[in-house]
Amino acid sequence: MSSNSLAVDKSGNLPSYLIDEGKRKGILAWLLSTDHKRIGIMYMIALLSFFAVGVTLGFLIRLELLTPQGTIVNPQAYNEFFTLHGVIMIFIVVVPAIPSIFGNFFLPIMLGAKDVAFPRLNLLSWYLYVVGSIMILLSIVLPGGAADTGWTFYIPYSVRTGTNMIFTLTAVFILGFSSILTGVNFLTTIHRLRAPGMGWFKMPLFAWSLYATGWIQVLATPIVGITLLLVIIERVFGVGLFDPTLGGDPILFQHMFWMYSHPAVYIIIVPAMGVISEIIPVFSRRTIFGYKFIAFSSIGIAVFGSLVWAHHMFAVGMSNNAEFVFSLLTFLVAIPSAIKVFNWTATLYKGSIELEPPMLYALAFIFLFSIGGLTGIIQGALNVDIYLTDTYFIVGHIHYVVFGGTGIGIFAALHYWLPKMFGRMYNKKVAKVAFWIIFVGFNILYFPFLILGWLGMPRRSYHYLPRFQVYHVIATVGSWILVLGLIIMFFNLLKSIRSGKVVTEKNIWGGESLEWQTQTPPITENFVDIPVVNEAPYEYKQNEEEFLEKEEVL
Amino acid sequence: MSAENQASVHVHRDDVATKMGMWFFLFSELLLFGGLFLMYSVYRYTHQHDFHIAAEGMNIFLGTANTIILLTSSLTMALAITAMQKGKKILSLSLQIITFLFGLAFLVNKFFEWSAEFREGNYPGSPILTAKPSGQILYYGLYYTMVGLHGVHVIAGMTVIAFMIRFTIKGIITKDNYVKLEAAGLYWHLVDIIWIFLFPLFYLIT
Ligand SMILES: [Cu+2]
Repeated sequence: MSSNSLAVDKSGNLPSYLIDEGKRKGILAWLLSTDHKRIGIMYMIALLSFFAVGVTLGFLIRLELLTPQGTIVNPQAYNEFFTLHGVIMIFIVVVPAIPSIFGNFFLPIMLGAKDVAFPRLNLLSWYLYVVGSIMILLSIVLPGGAADTGWTFYIPYSVRTGTNMIFTLTAVFILGFSSILTGVNFLTTIHRLRAPGMGWFKMPLFAWSLYATGWIQVLATPIVGITLLLVIIERVFGVGLFDPTLGGDPILFQHMFWMYSHPAVYIIIVPAMGVISEIIPVFSRRTIFGYKFIAFSSIGIAVFGSLVWAHHMFAVGMSNNAEFVFSLLTFLVAIPSAIKVFNWTATLYKGSIELEPPMLYALAFIFLFSIGGLTGIIQGALNVDIYLTDTYFIVGHIHYVVFGGTGIGIFAALHYWLPKMFGRMYNKKVAKVAFWIIFVGFNILYFPFLILGWLGMPRRSYHYLPRFQVYHVIATVGSWILVLGLIIMFFNLLKSIRSGKVVTEKNIWGGESLEWQTQTPPITENFVDIPVVNEAPYEYKQNEEEFLEKEEVL
Repeated sequence: MSAENQASVHVHRDDVATKMGMWFFLFSELLLFGGLFLMYSVYRYTHQHDFHIAAEGMNIFLGTANTIILLTSSLTMALAITAMQKGKKILSLSLQIITFLFGLAFLVNKFFEWSAEFREGNYPGSPILTAKPSGQILYYGLYYTMVGLHGVHVIAGMTVIAFMIRFTIKGIITKDNYVKLEAAGLYWHLVDIIWIFLFPLFYLIT
């Protein structure tokens, strides 16, 4: 940060954020850094480590389900496995992933700012994240065992089980706090730190998606925070709040849980949609179709997404009128997501598409997310949902949306931005091979879930009827293929960080947003001179004429 | 928002951003309590009679006293900011200390109130409370939870004010740079406002 460290090297480049340590040296230059880029990298290391834990648990769950009776673990361990898998993957991995890693690293650069609005608060968010994650690990190793309620923590079992619920609940509470602070930080950053000339509609769509997400983080997370806090209070002090033996209402818990946890789906998916909206135009060499529609559909998702929570509870016996309303709103909330899918497809139309690894993942996102979205619509219909509630259909749906959507979105972002972050390129051939293995493995693993659910296989079940076994075997084989693909992908990426081909050009993929105008890897505080923005994002010179034509039409 | 309105990115200090960030955080805090108010309204609706009986047992005198204390503390906090704006450092400092002491008085009052409830056996899990109808158990459950969580916020607010007192003494908060004090004031007013809703819900509506 000090000006004397900004010495220019032989090739005329300033030292990157990876080299410029600032006041502190070595590991402390990372752990105490308030540089948004270093914090983004620290999130990436922590988060991907937990992703590995989550994948391992999922792998073991699939292995257990290879046979209709017990295979490798006992029923209690199985319950703990699927709970941990859900808690880790949702609260530690997919909810924070894209905002914390790529939002932290690229939002300020895309806005033309030197850092986020509150750099120290940003570091605090990371520490809260780590403390929360470690508490989950503690819940595994301490006597009592990990939570076994499923990631939804339903009352009354979550008050009565003897496992280390308090650790798990406190962990999720702390992770939520971290998420709220990130939201506060990003909202303020977007309001205050846009470069001169960057009006709201000159922001990249990734920034728009983080803006919508920021509002959901700030407004929805406290609801689950208080709900889980109440479960803790109920467990520790025996205060009557939800437990029916003390007059409480377990269904009220479900309402309050889903009031957050449905919007959380959008905290999970909207940033991934932002990533896709960046990648599609770059590799189609075309201006994004319907910029404002995509921007406002993020906001639309944020608003309508907060009004549909009870579609998770159609089977609990609510008032019929309420069910009609929630079902209708659930159908409506699909519209903004569909708008995005149509806009991406329209962008591809007549574009000169380059099938680089990030683009492959982006296209896979559209395909898998569409399956996820459509299976969601099926369950939004009241009569069908009564039949499908608590079956593998919902498990298949959530994996298509959350893994097929956000998981693949994370991989797309990694392949798109990692070379920029480290100044080294991965092996593209290996990346493409890994992609196809992942894509094939994914579908072999999760598509049978939809069939299983349709045939009536209940979720979270340790035993099952022999007639379901063939689908379970297919899914388990799929999990092996998927894990193989993941290992190849991460090995390729890690190898590139250590010894990949050095990239120094600023604009690796030919993008138009501001991160491609900074040095590779970026310098501390991102820009030597703060850029002035005159153009809307995604204005590609290659098809300027066509763009102008369209401008006239609009 | 025009370009001139935006903070210049070269300047590290951005007072508007600080206050804006505080407001976003306060929205979050409001929704944290929002979940509790929702529970209160649901349970009040389903157990009207029990809530009526349980609320009659509350000590309105201590509740009213605490309301007056907190309202006054919000006034002293606002005055502390105005005094700082006008450069009256000593006056601002003493007003901040008074605000802190009001917060303390609130907690002391609360301590006596809760001790009395505990002596009567109205604490969670006690044989006396458990024997009561479930609506009354819920009332006390909500009472301890909501008022307790508010108490935690009072302590948080007092901690923030303690830091402001320190910053004022060290000259970090000055006539030209008092945004920290303003943000602390916003937080303290939130603590006050939440109490303004808790007071009628638990003490006045019977
Ligand atoms: Cu939902």
